[in-house]
Amino acid sequence: MLNTARRSLSRPPAWVLIPGLLGAAVILLPMTGMMTRLNWAELPGLLSSASSLAALRLSLWTALTATLLCLLLGVPLALLLAHARFRGLALLRSLVLLPLVLPPVVGGLALLYTFGRQGLLGGALEVLGVQIAYSSIAVVLAMTFVSMPFLVISVETALRGLDQEVLDAAAVDGAGRTRLLRHITLPLITPGLVSGAVLAFARSLGEFGATLAFAGNQQGVTRTLPLEIYLQREADPDAAMALSLLLIAVAVVVISLAYGRMRPTAA
Amino acid sequence: MRSLPALFSAGCCALLLGGCAAAAEDEITVFAAASLHEVFEEIGELYTEETGTKVRFNFAGSSGLVEQLENGAPADVLATADEETMRGAAAEGLVSGEAEVFAENYLVIVTPAGNPSNVASIESLEDNAVETVICAAQVPCGAATARAAEAFGVQITPVSEETSVTDVLGRVRSGEADAGLVYNTDARQGVGEVETIEIEGAEMDPNRYPLTLLERADSPEAGQEFVDFVLNNQQARRVLAGAGFTEPQGSAMTWESVD
Repeated sequence: MLNTARRSLSRPPAWVLIPGLLGAAVILLPMTGMMTRLNWAELPGLLSSASSLAALRLSLWTALTATLLCLLLGVPLALLLAHARFRGLALLRSLVLLPLVLPPVVGGLALLYTFGRQGLLGGALEVLGVQIAYSSIAVVLAMTFVSMPFLVISVETALRGLDQEVLDAAAVDGAGRTRLLRHITLPLITPGLVSGAVLAFARSLGEFGATLAFAGNQQGVTRTLPLEIYLQREADPDAAMALSLLLIAVAVVVISLAYGRMRPTAA
Repeated sequence: MRSLPALFSAGCCALLLGGCAAAAEDEITVFAAASLHEVFEEIGELYTEETGTKVRFNFAGSSGLVEQLENGAPADVLATADEETMRGAAAEGLVSGEAEVFAENYLVIVTPAGNPSNVASIESLEDNAVETVICAAQVPCGAATARAAEAFGVQITPVSEETSVTDVLGRVRSGEADAGLVYNTDARQGVGEVETIEIEGAEMDPNRYPLTLLERADSPEAGQEFVDFVLNNQQARRVLAGAGFTEPQGSAMTWESVD
């Protein structure tokens, strides 16, 4: 009873239907336009070419690695931002979220002037015998740079939504901070963690500007799917369209895996 | 000998400048390859000074320009960075009359200032210790690079294949690569920051730049006037030469694909 009453009240007014559908059309219409340009007959051949497969393989493993790095470094960062109290915290948060608003190509240039041969750390890296530019490590770095904020925001929001009393009760029971984090906090924020990781993965998969400016463009090493699409667009628009479809398909699968379980709020 | 009426109308034009042209066509749109940016801006100003017709430019990669035209973008003149792209435009029925070659450009090696890896010739680029950046084979400068590598029998293993020649220059200029293959005109833009090493014999297989009036031109007369201006005007020729473009060996397009 209560449930149904709440349900009808929480439903939006009827007039939102039209702007809402227009909003969906803004995103779906261009996708439809692209589908009409696809050369369906040659799709399998275009997708199974050596360069397409190399780009897909590279994109998948670098995006996965970048997502792992985001988790390993982003969760502790989110914990700091949510709970630590120190001067400059607000400033640190704004700076960490910078990649969200920066054009990716600016991020790429920043990485180049830091990790490139002539960059800030270039000399030190050369002494260590490490070369980042023109390697897949550069791709992973670029992806991590642009994707980290997505994970940090999701996790920090989840952390702030936690019930402080539950955490206090566990602490009173004598749980240490690390155990508290592992057995109480992390399980409770799992949904936020998962959606943050999925967003980071999706953003990594679509990364273009920073990779192009920083990593380079070499088949199998640094030429990810978006770079391959950009290159093929010059010579073979059909191949570019086919690869775009592939990228969209991968993204749709990932997003629906993560958000498919989401129900309307009142159900 | 000019006839009197022609002389008179020319005088009228000179006197009224804008007024005369404003009657029918006081502006044309020129689609030109990105590598022509600086020179065409300059030639456009000279042309406007002489004729009173303003020029609006759209600079982009040659194949991107043809794609825009195919999708109905309005323009009077098209100038591309290679003949292949112009052949494609002609096949789509975009070209009015015959396209003509107005300039040539050839590949050179660029290195960062001081040439840290001691690159001496195209053969030096075979050494994997020399980090070399070239254009991808899918874009015109990359096709020219592949032809040059084949002609000289060298195997270049690049660390990166860029989508535009300016990106190749950028990587060399910033010292992130030891060597790159770019056009002579691009190398001139990096003077002071890059060193140029000529490839002996590269000018034998140049990249040829054609231009043409377009079939759907709104101002075909002024458009053709601009084409002739680029091909024949002495000042325009000097601007091209100053930027490092060379005089074409005959202005006729090669219509059969060479590859």
